[in-house]
Amino acid sequence: MRLVTVAGPPSSGKTSIIVRTVEELKNKGFTVGVVKFDCLSAQDEELYSAYSIPVRTGLSGGLCPDHFFVSNIEEAIKWAEDRNFDFLITESAGLCNRCSPHIKDVLAICVIDNLSGVNTPKKIGPMLKMADIVVITKGDIVSQAEREVFAYRVRQVNPRGMIIHINGVTGQGSFYLAKQVEKTSSVDTLRGATLRFTMPGALCSYCLGERKIGDDRQIGVSKLVNFRGDD
Amino acid sequence: MRTTLLQMAIDELMEMMPWIEDYFSSFAIDPAEIGNLKLEELGSTPGKDYFMEKGTTYHAFIDGFFMFIEQVKALKQDSGFSINSLTVFPGRNKNGETEAFSVELKKGKVTAIVGPTGSGKSRLLADIESLAQKDTPTGRSILVDGRSPTDEERFSTEGRFIAQLSQNMNFVMDLSVEDFLTLHAESRMVDEIHHIVQKIYDTANVLAGEPFSRETPVTQLSGGQSRALMIADTALLSPASVVLIDEIENAGVDKVKSLELLVSNNKIVLISTHDPLLALSADQRIVIKNGGISKLLKTTDDEKKHLESLEKIDRKITLMRDQLRTGEEIDLSDLLI
Ligand SMILES: Nc1nc2c(ncn2[C@@H]2O[C@H](COP(=O)(O)OP(=O)(O)O)[C@@H](O)[C@H]2O)c(=O)[nH]1
Ligand SMILES: [Mg+2]
Repeated sequence: MRLVTVAGPPSSGKTSIIVRTVEELKNKGFTVGVVKFDCLSAQDEELYSAYSIPVRTGLSGGLCPDHFFVSNIEEAIKWAEDRNFDFLITESAGLCNRCSPHIKDVLAICVIDNLSGVNTPKKIGPMLKMADIVVITKGDIVSQAEREVFAYRVRQVNPRGMIIHINGVTGQGSFYLAKQVEKTSSVDTLRGATLRFTMPGALCSYCLGERKIGDDRQIGVSKLVNFRGDD
Repeated sequence: MRTTLLQMAIDELMEMMPWIEDYFSSFAIDPAEIGNLKLEELGSTPGKDYFMEKGTTYHAFIDGFFMFIEQVKALKQDSGFSINSLTVFPGRNKNGETEAFSVELKKGKVTAIVGPTGSGKSRLLADIESLAQKDTPTGRSILVDGRSPTDEERFSTEGRFIAQLSQNMNFVMDLSVEDFLTLHAESRMVDEIHHIVQKIYDTANVLAGEPFSRETPVTQLSGGQSRALMIADTALLSPASVVLIDEIENAGVDKVKSLELLVSNNKIVLISTHDPLLALSADQRIVIKNGGISKLLKTTDDEKKHLESLEKIDRKITLMRDQLRTGEEIDLSDLLI
């Protein structure tokens, strides 16, 4: 079975491009399952089901979403293997710009849209920087110049990655993404595999359920900002 | 080369390649502050933890640096690169009948696409945009300079081949006209930024009819002004050799001048249109019927002879539309021609 992680900011077009890519893969006779990881709620299940794509959802709720992803990815693989899928694609929202679900030697895709603004690529962090493929969506509604500038800005933060333009609505371009996805090699287990990037060095009081504010409430690693600067 | 560059100071590198500032800035590093350091010393200052914090590692940062240099060099070379022709090979119409002939689109020539709404004009534009290889619903295939494009060229060239312009496109950046053009010129690695910005601005104002200032935020331009700026920018700054236009007749720009501008910049232009003036300004027109290409008509000398009077009528109608819009009385005096 082959695994692909897809991550990106909310509403960037992840579900749209996954649906389109799965359709391409299905046309070639492959079976594909999707697992959606999210924090509070996810409406994507209905959408995938509408396209007859087998889907499972995991909601992290009160837990760190990326830690939650790591705890559950092996179960997800087992599910996909039980069903004899050729591919498992995970979708995660990438809410925390500090983290990313990308795993070494597992095809990592980041989805980002032209509407999000030229400064967004700089803000996104490892999820974009460490992706093998960067999918750029919503090129159909911005100007040519903005598309060019945006792609350049993506290049700046991730010169290694391959950029693919996809229209999430018409699916134009997903054919090529499917081709890349097809090339990935299979994984049996992720036991011992490594994340591409370390999660924050923290075991903090708030992770453990603290809600009160105040320096006497803090445990673990913390850092103070000097807002007043030199004045 | 890698070792040489690694041992150079940031200041020296900046002098050689000022645009590397863009790469540094994406890691929040100001090259001026570390100008004396050698590239290979960045592992100790700002240090490994710093890169970690920025979502990378020192080694990934350095690898990325060299790749960025390669990419920018490719970008610069691309500016001189252009396609001479596209050939559209027959696909099938909605009844499954094969189109009768192929169509060649040449540099500096305009091809109009005409046919009823829903007949498949946009589909043809989409086939060209994705450089179809018998893998779209129509089964058409497109050759670039007589050869099949690679997958990389089809999907991953960051718009180096084909630019698009449609009614659905709007500016979304929160910038003034001047800053917007400057940003685009910077990302295109243009040498004389000020010069090109001025040229695009002036040209857009000519095309727009209603003038706008450089300080106007691009999101506040009127429909006509936006289209005019998009056309001028695409013609003068985009590296694309092919420009696909989907219905701009009601956009409020000088249509004929817009086409002339694109042609004089050696673009291959395709325009889907219902507008007689635009259609006859083209060198040839493709007639779409029932999803397929049914005819290819060269614009005749006779048609061209009448272009001028057609343009007059068009100007008159535009004038009357403006008078109507602004609540004036419509001037019918010179209506009979
Ligand atoms: N115009 C346009 N809309 C898009 C494109 N891709 C996605 N969308 C729309 O953007 C919205 C969010 O897409 P979705 O796939 O749900 O994003 P996700 O939250 O990242 O999974 C939906 O309304 C899509 O129809 C695109 O390329 N062009
Ligand atoms: Mg989604």
